[in-house]
Amino acid sequence: MGMTTAEKIFASHVIDEPFPGTRVLRLDVVMCHEITTPIAIADLMARGKDRVFDTSRIKAVIDHVTPSKDTKTATQAKILREWAHRHAIKDFFDVGANGVCHALFPEKGFIRPGYTVIMGDSHTCTHGAFGAFAAGVGTTDLEVGILKGVCAFREPRSIRFNLTGTLQKGVYAKDVILHLISLIGVNGATDRVMEFGGDLVASMSMESRMTLCNMAIEAGGTSGICMPDMVTVEYLWPFISGEFATKEDALAEYSKWCSDADAVYDKIMEIDVTTLEPVATYGYKPDLVKTVVELAGTPVDQVYIGSCTNGRLEDLRIAAAILKGRKIAPSVRGILSPATPQIYKDALHEGIIEIFMDAGFCVTNPTCGACLGMSTGVLAEGESCASTTNRNFMGRMGKGGMVHLMSPATSAATAIEGVIADPRKYL
Amino acid sequence: MKTFGGPALFLDRSDINTDEIIPAKYLTEITKKDLKPYILEDLKLPGFDPKSDTCRNARVIVSRGNFGCGSSREHAPWVFEVNGITAVIAGSFARIFRQNMFNCGMAAIEFSPQQLDLLFSFAGHDDVVIDLDIQLRTGVIRGGGREERFGFELAPFDQALVAAGGWVDYADGKY
Repeated sequence: MGMTTAEKIFASHVIDEPFPGTRVLRLDVVMCHEITTPIAIADLMARGKDRVFDTSRIKAVIDHVTPSKDTKTATQAKILREWAHRHAIKDFFDVGANGVCHALFPEKGFIRPGYTVIMGDSHTCTHGAFGAFAAGVGTTDLEVGILKGVCAFREPRSIRFNLTGTLQKGVYAKDVILHLISLIGVNGATDRVMEFGGDLVASMSMESRMTLCNMAIEAGGTSGICMPDMVTVEYLWPFISGEFATKEDALAEYSKWCSDADAVYDKIMEIDVTTLEPVATYGYKPDLVKTVVELAGTPVDQVYIGSCTNGRLEDLRIAAAILKGRKIAPSVRGILSPATPQIYKDALHEGIIEIFMDAGFCVTNPTCGACLGMSTGVLAEGESCASTTNRNFMGRMGKGGMVHLMSPATSAATAIEGVIADPRKYL
Repeated sequence: MKTFGGPALFLDRSDINTDEIIPAKYLTEITKKDLKPYILEDLKLPGFDPKSDTCRNARVIVSRGNFGCGSSREHAPWVFEVNGITAVIAGSFARIFRQNMFNCGMAAIEFSPQQLDLLFSFAGHDDVVIDLDIQLRTGVIRGGGREERFGFELAPFDQALVAAGGWVDYADGKY
């Protein structure tokens, strides 16, 4: 019987099966940020076990509130910083080098096909775009990951999404994943891996694949997963060219992680995206999705472009193409946060930052801040935000505020009009 | 084996998320006890007041499907723990929240819709108490002059975590 990618990764990493259905896996990468890690560090210190299992497999970044906004966030950053220095964590990213974890770590080449990855952050599922098993965990799982390099999971059952057809103009990976979540619901993939395949995914960039996988958790999914292919190899080539003689060799090696043709799935969904239109959310759950045509005219107070979902260069280019030569509505505050310093620099060189600024956007440093209502773009009560982020719970971006999730293109069109707007007229 | 029980708090809605349990702005606290005042602060439910005695005195939460969805923040189980709540009974749980509960030595127990309806039939009374025996996987609910007994399932691993007092103690001795 064939195996899925997730099953292959589990089989190659399992070190214990303490009970039927529970697998303890060896971890390839344990990622840490300053919100969920400090309490793990404090607990390890209290237990007299302030150790790390491997200084090179642990990656750390200050990204949620950075630069620190007050004493408390400065203290969190300080705890992570001192811990990283104390243990000589090589890959630690502080102010000036830091960016949104799920954009920064892939960009650094840390994630490879077949890897097991955890982080104390629910959007860790993003890294499945590389053919890895990547799961968000709580602080206790993170703590054991830091100390022992292991984590326990239930059996990795997968749902396969065969995505076919061609995306219409103005429709992107974000629209696809919002559509999928609306089909299966916010718990439609709980305890399941969401495996994305088909011609559409094969034609997608790594950035778009990361957008797809990023929102697996919004359907309850443990990890998103895409099949490693030549697109994956090309993205990773600067980091792996020393390991393989040719890209074909790398592809041959990574392909062994691809799901077998006769792999068994919990469910297989066939989805033709050809008729899909731009969409956005309208309520307080990510599965409440309507077409932008239906939502057109809904006023917003703020437009936010950034985050681990849609703060990458591809996203900025798409939005900039719409904003070029235009101004955002006077009623709207536009905020752009390029997800990493490299993206910021590339956007500068391409003239994208100037386009955003000329349109009236405020450009902030790379940070998660606004997405979860912590800094650099918090809403007031009763306000709403058109946002390229991933979560629209009530109060997510600020107490009493509302979030409409959408693509960078729809966000840019919305910024121009001050109301939810169809991006296709600007393309 | 630890026993769980005490006054019940009924939250009759599915998809209660971790932002509602503990808003992100409080994630800057670096001790668990500092989270205590903010329990369920952003949860909007008819008749629910996070500052009420019913909420403050609760030891067991009863809710519907997909409880604890959203963020991975373990601050959600912690804010329950520091308020004395050590068990949540729900129709289903989001994976990370459920694991966080057991990792902390607390219980996240899944009930069938029929079992949940039985518990919710007590919801109108203000004297409802639920006692749970994790080892025997049985419980009793009392209130409004009524009493019902019930059984439930727990995965062996989850039961072992509760017995060990959480995942750090379990894993540290073993791996």
